Amino acid sequence: MKIPYPGAIDCDLHPAMPSVAALMPYLDEYWRDQLANRHIDRYPFVLTSYPPGAPLSARPDWRQPSGAPGGDLDMIRRQALDPFGSSLAICNVLHGAVALFNADMAAALCAALNDWVATELLDREPRLRASIVVPVHDPGLAVDEIERKAADRRFVQVLMLAMGEMLLGRRLYWPIYAAAERHELAIGVHAGSTYHHAPTAAGWPAHRVEDYVAQSTAFESQLLSFLAEGVFQKFPALKLVLIESGFSWLPTLLWRTGKTWRGVRPEVPWIDRPPAEIVRERVRLTLQPVDTPRHDPQILARTLAHIGSDRMLLFSTDYPHWQFDGEDVLPEGLSAATVRRLMIDNPLETYPRLRPAAVAGDTVGDAARQEAVR
Amino acid sequence: MNVPLRQASPALGLTIVDCDIHPAYRSPKDLHPFLPARWREHMAMFGEHLRQGLSGQLAWPRMMASGMRLDAFPNEGPPGSDLALMRRQHLDANGVECGMLMQLSKGGMEERNLDFAAALSRAVNDWQVEAWVKPEPRLRAGIVVPQEDADFAVEEIERRAGDPAFVQILISPRSSDPLGHRRYWPIYEAAQRCRRPIALHVQGFSGGHASTGSGWPTYYLQEHYATTTGMQTTVMNLVFEGVFERFPGLNVVLIEGGFTWAPALGWRMDKHWRRMRAEVPHLKRPPSEYLREHCWFTTQPIEEPDDPKHLAEVIEWIGWDRVMFSTDYPHWDFDHPQQAFKFPLTEEQKRKVFRDNAKALYGLP
Repeated sequence: MKIPYPGAIDCDLHPAMPSVAALMPYLDEYWRDQLANRHIDRYPFVLTSYPPGAPLSARPDWRQPSGAPGGDLDMIRRQALDPFGSSLAICNVLHGAVALFNADMAAALCAALNDWVATELLDREPRLRASIVVPVHDPGLAVDEIERKAADRRFVQVLMLAMGEMLLGRRLYWPIYAAAERHELAIGVHAGSTYHHAPTAAGWPAHRVEDYVAQSTAFESQLLSFLAEGVFQKFPALKLVLIESGFSWLPTLLWRTGKTWRGVRPEVPWIDRPPAEIVRERVRLTLQPVDTPRHDPQILARTLAHIGSDRMLLFSTDYPHWQFDGEDVLPEGLSAATVRRLMIDNPLETYPRLRPAAVAGDTVGDAARQEAVR
Repeated sequence: MNVPLRQASPALGLTIVDCDIHPAYRSPKDLHPFLPARWREHMAMFGEHLRQGLSGQLAWPRMMASGMRLDAFPNEGPPGSDLALMRRQHLDANGVECGMLMQLSKGGMEERNLDFAAALSRAVNDWQVEAWVKPEPRLRAGIVVPQEDADFAVEEIERRAGDPAFVQILISPRSSDPLGHRRYWPIYEAAQRCRRPIALHVQGFSGGHASTGSGWPTYYLQEHYATTTGMQTTVMNLVFEGVFERFPGLNVVLIEGGFTWAPALGWRMDKHWRRMRAEVPHLKRPPSEYLREHCWFTTQPIEEPDDPKHLAEVIEWIGWDRVMFSTDYPHWDFDHPQQAFKFPLTEEQKRKVFRDNAKALYGLP
């Protein structure tokens, strides 16, 4: 179904990443020299998870004769913001820098990308917000980047990939969560892999479609990792957002984790109440791709009942990925109250920096913008 | 048809065999004439599906112009894609009598979709003949096959076995299992049957495992070294799985993976085998003997000890009949035939390393 009224907050929008050449002005002399001499400025930095020609990577009517889908701001306004009446949209720029092994190079490219996003997207379109892209596998450098961008309150989240070096709940990564909590940033874990490991426990499947299907198993493992390691207890204000994760798998996780926890609680004594309660309070999931069947809205309604909360889903278009046709961004089977929650209330509860008070009279943001431009 | 030049390298006074030359596509479209429409469409839509996080580039960006010699860029296309330039700059200038093509990209060796891998393998083998060996008979092709599909690999090897353009069989040393695993044995059986060596050239793409046993390295400096530890474990595994006992006619060429480690590896294998031989009764002789008999090594990137004579001693240990010169043209760490060795070779050593060892191994005239 269509959006019933304007004002939705789109929690997953993908502007095309800029070329490395476009990032050059945001890099220091050493990196400009390195990237040019090594011809790295000619590399595509496309994540294996999103080959540009694949059907999932862009809706056919959102593709352009030339240039990448989501590659210019007018296109984003015309295709992704205006048709859905979105009041705000969070940009998650998927960039291959996060899959580099060289953490110094990854950090430099992430920083340049974040500055480019601020200047080329956020400064020019007031409806846009963004995630901070960080070199996750070097938490020290990741924290540096969070600290560098945190003053700009248009950045509302820290972006990570679902399949990286290690499970994300590990204590090694906790400095990232401490910084995020300190600055009222959510942690966003987005579908995709650095392929530093096989994408499934069974190894390397042959087809891309298998990698996409298997993403949900990565989200299950990550969610359980955050839970089991005690991240939610250590950082009581932190929100975890699973992006492009689907959600039909969530009831199983809640049930099974609850059951096993009752048997093994002494192993993880910090989990002091049923895991489902913690998950419902602290974890959010973006809407698209909706992975319950379209033909039977009852299944969606029952799945949400099994999840046991209408506060967990966040409206998203996943633009320009091909998850729905026309303007039918909302699945059938949602009550009016649930639609209102996922369009507006849930995103505002998830992202402190989206709340009107945080945006109105945005003096901090103005200062940060000036800083970024300078 | 061009008559092969037989002019000696001015520096060496003899023509040479270069065991590692990298051709390149002018663009990926060069493969289109050799790919069925179904796979051309697949390539456009999905590209290759490799075991790494980045598409269309290497996960450790190379140094120096994507890892290329700056003077090897033709007016159009990447280095290695222009035969005229390759002739002028390398084959003619360095007296190359015969050059071994190492086609590593888009040959299906690392492709996860094995149907696509088979199509790529066929296409790349056709392309090597049409684009390189026919116009330039000094060049020789390798039968590029996806080692993970042994049935197809055997079929493709047999399809090319009668063609003298192909002198060896290329598979990836970054395989899903270590190459001694018996799932790869049909490939070795076919290689032995058609009397072609197996060529293992170091690979930029992962086989699905970290490139060291302790995890992923950070810098290209480390990744470059990891090819030598990877080669050592591959050789070790071939030996201990009994591949050479099982296929006594099988020869293996180790390309760009270094060679000075070979004596030390032989000693270590023998040392541990003497204590542990009850575990591997299928080995009938000390492991180093299989290494000594069945493995050949290419020289580039050649090591440069402070005292060049140390390198001569190591080659003595390996055997002067097992080391073959290579340049790696047009890559940035190219070894020039005149400058590669920093100590004087005897005339006999020179002939062996620069020409005769390769001729004997590959049965070249």
